[in-house]
Amino acid sequence: MMNSITVDWIWGLIGGLLIGTGGAVYLLANGRIMGASGILGGLVDRSGWHSWKERTAFLLGVFLLPIPLYPLYRAVDTHITDNWAVIIAAGLLVGIGTRLANGCTSGHGVCGISRFSLRGMVSTVFYIMAGGVAVVIFRHLLGIV
Amino acid sequence: MQRLIFAFIAGGLFGAGLFISGMTDTTKVQGWLDVFGNWDPTLAFVMGGAIIPMAIAWRFVPGRKPIVGGEFPSLPKPEIRRDLVLGSTLFGFGWGLAGLCPGPSIASLSYGGIGHWVFVAAMIAGMILTPYLRVRLDRAVPAE
Repeated sequence: MMNSITVDWIWGLIGGLLIGTGGAVYLLANGRIMGASGILGGLVDRSGWHSWKERTAFLLGVFLLPIPLYPLYRAVDTHITDNWAVIIAAGLLVGIGTRLANGCTSGHGVCGISRFSLRGMVSTVFYIMAGGVAVVIFRHLLGIV
Repeated sequence: MQRLIFAFIAGGLFGAGLFISGMTDTTKVQGWLDVFGNWDPTLAFVMGGAIIPMAIAWRFVPGRKPIVGGEFPSLPKPEIRRDLVLGSTLFGFGWGLAGLCPGPSIASLSYGGIGHWVFVAAMIAGMILTPYLRVRLDRAVPAE
């Protein structure tokens, strides 16, 4: 019998293949890079307002498609912290950081690394290292998250 | 219309994949970043799985046009600049703090509870602030 860790890896791989297929559709059909922060950011700062319908259609898909899949995956709980200061600080950092860097885990990570983009790979190294540092400080040293 | 349908399908695959893979569970993301604790390698399987179809897709780009028309995006020069390094570091720090990045924060809005809406609101506020912060940053630390 497989333990839950191995099962998690298999779900991870299946989910990853779906994510990459989404990126492939967005690239080959629409000619766009599937970056979540860029698609949302272009809407909220109006820099991508000319394609607001396409962006909104994409984001609606992201929001809606998990709903019919609830019964399929055992963990619907996201275990988000109940510390409001942490949530707000993290949201601000993610918003500012991804717009400055012009990409996040999907744009720089998935779409960038898959074409051996130097910027994508460098960005990924920095955000993973910074994330690791944040966990060390706020989990192991301060015990907040 | 075709463009919107494909965008919805792409977003749907993305959202479904984020949900199925467990990447909207903040403990799994923080578990991946927690190298000195109880390390969870799931994220590597998600990333690896996502890169495979995407790498295949890139091979179809040269010499072709997108299905709905127009052109493929022009790709940025492979230059490492201040904003890329600084932005990625700030983003990574926030990612580790809450265990959420932009894609999963949107995918989990329907089931994550009020905390996710507050996170997305703060993220949008950060996105709106960024052009102003960039101007200040340019004054303080010129990019080139």
